[in-house]
Amino acid sequence: MTAAVQPALTIRGLTKSFPGIRAVDGVSCDVYPGEIFGLVGPDGAGKTTTLRMLAGVMPPDQGSATVAGSDVVHDPEAAKHDLSYMPQRFGLYEDLTVDENIRFYGDLFGVRANERRARSAQLLEAAGMSEFRKRLAGKLSGGMKQKLGLVCALIHHPKVILLDEPTTGVDPVSRRDFWRILYNLIAEGVAILTSTAYLDEAERCHRVALMHEGKLLFLDTPAKLKSGFAKGVLAILSSDARRMKEELKRVEGISSLVLTGDGVHVVIEDPVRRIPQIKAQLVSAQVPFSEMRQVVPTIEDLFVDAVTSGRSGGQG
Amino acid sequence: MNHDARSVVVEELVKRFGDFTAVDHINLETRKGEIFGFLGPNGAGKSTTIRMLCGLLTPTSGRAIVAGYDVAHDPESVRQNIGYMSQRFSLYNDLRVIENLRLFAGLYDVPRSLVEERIAWALEMANLRGQEKLITGTLPGGWKQRLALGCALLHRPTIIFLDEPTSGVDPISRRQFWDLIHRMSGEGVTVFVTTHYMEEAEYCNRLAMIYRGSMVALGTPTELKHKYMKGELLLVECEPLGPAVEALGSAPDVVDAAVFGNALHLVVGNAETAIPAITEFLRKREINVTDVEKIQPSLEDVFVSLTSEHDPSRNLAVQA
Repeated sequence: MTAAVQPALTIRGLTKSFPGIRAVDGVSCDVYPGEIFGLVGPDGAGKTTTLRMLAGVMPPDQGSATVAGSDVVHDPEAAKHDLSYMPQRFGLYEDLTVDENIRFYGDLFGVRANERRARSAQLLEAAGMSEFRKRLAGKLSGGMKQKLGLVCALIHHPKVILLDEPTTGVDPVSRRDFWRILYNLIAEGVAILTSTAYLDEAERCHRVALMHEGKLLFLDTPAKLKSGFAKGVLAILSSDARRMKEELKRVEGISSLVLTGDGVHVVIEDPVRRIPQIKAQLVSAQVPFSEMRQVVPTIEDLFVDAVTSGRSGGQG
Repeated sequence: MNHDARSVVVEELVKRFGDFTAVDHINLETRKGEIFGFLGPNGAGKSTTIRMLCGLLTPTSGRAIVAGYDVAHDPESVRQNIGYMSQRFSLYNDLRVIENLRLFAGLYDVPRSLVEERIAWALEMANLRGQEKLITGTLPGGWKQRLALGCALLHRPTIIFLDEPTSGVDPISRRQFWDLIHRMSGEGVTVFVTTHYMEEAEYCNRLAMIYRGSMVALGTPTELKHKYMKGELLLVECEPLGPAVEALGSAPDVVDAAVFGNALHLVVGNAETAIPAITEFLRKREINVTDVEKIQPSLEDVFVSLTSEHDPSRNLAVQA
């Protein structure tokens, strides 16, 4: 690929208010062909509203967006040709079979029959669903329904795909299949914008933006976001984590203290200086601990830190 | 009264529906005050097991003792001594917060003289004091979840069953919720939680992984990562990724290769010998390798490793 790749999706100053709330507040970013871009944030952050505006189903108050060069606000029909939008509840017909649903969406998008057959065979194979073609959609598990929704949304070879929390309620094995399909698509040069509330899923995206109260807080690759985190994260294993948590509350510089199943997860400023101090304190208080090590922060650590410390974020 | 420190005892529990075995000889025990996680994909048998433990479904064979009562012989006593919170929170959305609490107090037969005290306790615990008059349907997800927990604990059960408790809840509320759960466990309440959310599993003291009706692993989160992962996990940064993952599928000693963001995750038998071998393998194919390092598997990696081991045909089917 040359250096001058044009973004497949451009978003500039997108804004939308509802009575009493600014749901999306000046969001700007680009998504490139072959990229998976994650819009990460809690419920109510504005992710779904953003995706709806990009899909051309809701007009923005301000701002603009283009899909493969077509303006979604002024020329939504042209944009839709290159776009696929998979909402949280994708409209599958539960009383139709897997094959019939695919055929329906193929016809809707004007895909020729032989092309549809080849495409659906390939996608169903990647989804691990080839043997379920004759099953009614209503009889599929949650994970399989989501995968079928994705197959239907991809049947017309869109250049840009918008996915709204596609793996919510999907089990880990189906989630892996789902991501495998996404990674196959980027090899075809498709641009993918996906929202997710699963912060561990953000790690699978090429770039992520953390969305909070309608704004983008951070925007970078997961690796750069983590290496740019100014605080340290400690994992301490203990057989009496509750007592350890109480003891650690007295240590300065700790901004987050979370009990895990077999220890405590600590976000702390200046960890190198404070680790010996913490060790000494735990020993003198006779709190048992078996292991204390610095770990790589998770995207969740970054997010919680940004939101709870009220910081406007490392501007990206 | 039962003074047994074990709050749930399950022995060779089986449930069949026709010729389908939904739960296949499961054995487990939970200790008083333990947070026990039950992990598995949809259809693995999690809900069927929970329904048997809650006295809602009779086992085909085997035995389950919950809060001192046999679920097959005394389901009524089991139900009176447990709390249950489902992923849909089973609240009445058109009722006010206080009305939901009164309703659940009635359903759980909380003695009339204790109702007000218990409701006050639940509001305090759920951090919903002053919000009694709000219509439940208008509450944010995290508040609803804490209200549902309060409702499920009104009758002071010694065991609470949580079915996918934080699906659809934001990360901050999720942390607050787990803080509450750890507090309950500190007061001696046993917490039995089902989830397929691997981050959530990290909050549990012990975990059982269930797949196709059978238990495939049992231990603390740390034990699972050390004991049950078949092989070791490598992070490979290289360019281009697509051809690399394809080639590595047939490389010696590579059990699994998958794209993960801007890098690859490889499962290999032995990291020490694999690192130079993989680097060499990729360089020969003109793939530019920038980094290969051993990383800690996540619970999801462990889970996927275990399920493909129990079901090798499935693994091949998705190698498309």
